[in-house]
Amino acid sequence: MKILVCISHVPDTTSKINFTDNDTKFDTNGVQYVINPYDEFSLTRAMWFKEKQGASVTVVNVGGASTEPTLRKALAIGADDAIRVNAEPTDGLMVAKELTEVVKNGGYDLVLAGKESADYNGQMVPGMLASLLDFNFVNGCVGVEVEGTNVTLLREIDGGEEKVSSTLPMVIAGQKGIVEEKDLRIPNMRGIMMARKKPLNVVEPVGAAAATVTQNFEKPAAKGAVKLVDNVDDLIDLLHNEAKVI
Amino acid sequence: MSVLVFADSSEGKFKKTAFEVVSYGKKVAEELGSDLVVLTINGGDASQLYTYGAETVVEVKNELTSFNAKAYASIIKQVAEAKGASTVIIDSSVDGLTVAPLVAVALDAGYASNAVALPSSTNPFVVKRKAFSNKGFNNTEISTEKKVIGVAKNSYGAHENAVSGTTESFDATLPELGVTSVEINKAQGKVTIADADIVVSAGRGLKGPENWGMIEELAEVLGAATACSKPVSDLGWRPHSEHVGQTGKPVAANLYIAIGISGAIQHLAGINASKVKVVINTDPEAPFFKAADYGIVGDAFEVVPQLIDKLKAFKQA
Ligand SMILES: Cc1cc2nc3c(=O)[nH]c(=O)nc-3n(C[C@H](O)[C@H](O)[C@H](O)COP(=O)(O)OP(=O)(O)OC[C@H]3O[C@@H](n4cnc5c(N)ncnc54)[C@H](O)[C@@H]3O)c2cc1C
Repeated sequence: MKILVCISHVPDTTSKINFTDNDTKFDTNGVQYVINPYDEFSLTRAMWFKEKQGASVTVVNVGGASTEPTLRKALAIGADDAIRVNAEPTDGLMVAKELTEVVKNGGYDLVLAGKESADYNGQMVPGMLASLLDFNFVNGCVGVEVEGTNVTLLREIDGGEEKVSSTLPMVIAGQKGIVEEKDLRIPNMRGIMMARKKPLNVVEPVGAAAATVTQNFEKPAAKGAVKLVDNVDDLIDLLHNEAKVI
Repeated sequence: MSVLVFADSSEGKFKKTAFEVVSYGKKVAEELGSDLVVLTINGGDASQLYTYGAETVVEVKNELTSFNAKAYASIIKQVAEAKGASTVIIDSSVDGLTVAPLVAVALDAGYASNAVALPSSTNPFVVKRKAFSNKGFNNTEISTEKKVIGVAKNSYGAHENAVSGTTESFDATLPELGVTSVEINKAQGKVTIADADIVVSAGRGLKGPENWGMIEELAEVLGAATACSKPVSDLGWRPHSEHVGQTGKPVAANLYIAIGISGAIQHLAGINASKVKVVINTDPEAPFFKAADYGIVGDAFEVVPQLIDKLKAFKQA
């Protein structure tokens, strides 16, 4: 099995969110970047397939040279090689189209991604990729087993879970549950040393066009101070008469 | 030209989000001067959709017993083409979020997910979307001729706008499914976090799983869903499905009550989209108070039982 894991390079969850250039650009100043948390779950699941079923695991990111440390981290976790498509990601469709070329050229039969990225929360790249490739697709995956080309999956649905079956090739968008959090891998010294020698191939983009453009960003309106009350009668009164939520 | 809204349903009942997207679609159609067409797939009683402004309801009935991404995308595309839809609007149910990107590719349309407001302009077409786990918004222009909009849950709301609608049936052809359903497991009779208007959530401050009785009772009085912070589910005190936050479930409720939760940034990331936040915590310095609308500095073991009693009396009055 040839597995491709899509890695999004996102601000750490504790990052302060600011904008510059008249609110048209995300301010990267002082921002620590990490592997998108949802992708980390899928990457760890891919490592199980590698170790237990002898799959090969390639990681891919569409992004500028600044994303290479994130790809190196994925290599240190255990991926065999990495691909960086040398283009600034501008929207979900553009990224999905660039990834489509990578999947076709590499002949991957399983593509693992995270269900959304922690920056734009778009929840669109995996579905678009599946559609462009005409691969089977399962979103919000919380469990997956592969036997030959048969795949059994658990996916989250509103109010529960659904067990589904499918066949390779497919795109799976994972989240916590595809592996448990305690099983996430932290790169160790040996992994980091080995990652330095693993191939990180830079490929030029096919020049896919975006379908959307961010005009500008906004921050949520500043929140008023909390109203503290010292008894539950006052709380119920405020929730009923002021906030009108009960 | 028309605006096509997909109204999602499950087991023949419309989801709450279906009424939100019909309400949203009604306004977009008005702004564009287009017809509004609402599509249902094995859905519920169409007259429920008329209440929210659906003039034309297109019903597709077939043998699918549950959601299938490829099939739903194909049906939405067929109806969009038959009805000359320029804009397709989809909800943020789990299935809506799954099918929308497929529809965008099928129609060669730009897709803006997580829309939190009506388009601020239709020429150019600009919608406000949430990003950075609700710590920011981006105003996105969709530059393609056809457009797909995903409407974030609980952001626009359902607005009644009754019309005398008509219903027509549509014969859609099904593609090869690719993915087949084996078994569905749903929590029976419980309000789920995703559907709840009110969520009662508790953290490590509750000390142990044996103390969750009062949380469940409070939720029951309010008709609310129960939720928890991450360490609580990691410790196995509560199921993972209740874990709220950056790595857990997002909550866009009208009222979020946080009991014995510190308000770490990763927890707040999951609840920022909720409208009114109430915090009960012994520590006046708990960061959650900065994010909250109302708060009581107090011991959950004293405050929650009082709150249950007083709410029961309030509900009876
Ligand atoms: C990458 C990453 C992702 C994460 N994702 C998430 C996530 O998705 N969701 C999440 O929740 N966390 C997440 N976390 C963890 C997060 O940082 C916090 O550790 C967690 O939210 C704390 O949970 P808590 O508030 O229940 O517990 P604590 O931090 O232990 O706080 C307990 C609170 O209870 C109060 N308290 C104690 N006794 C009482 C009492 N008797 N009555 C009232 N109040 C009382 C205390 O004052 C305190 O404020 C993540 C962390 C990381 C690093």
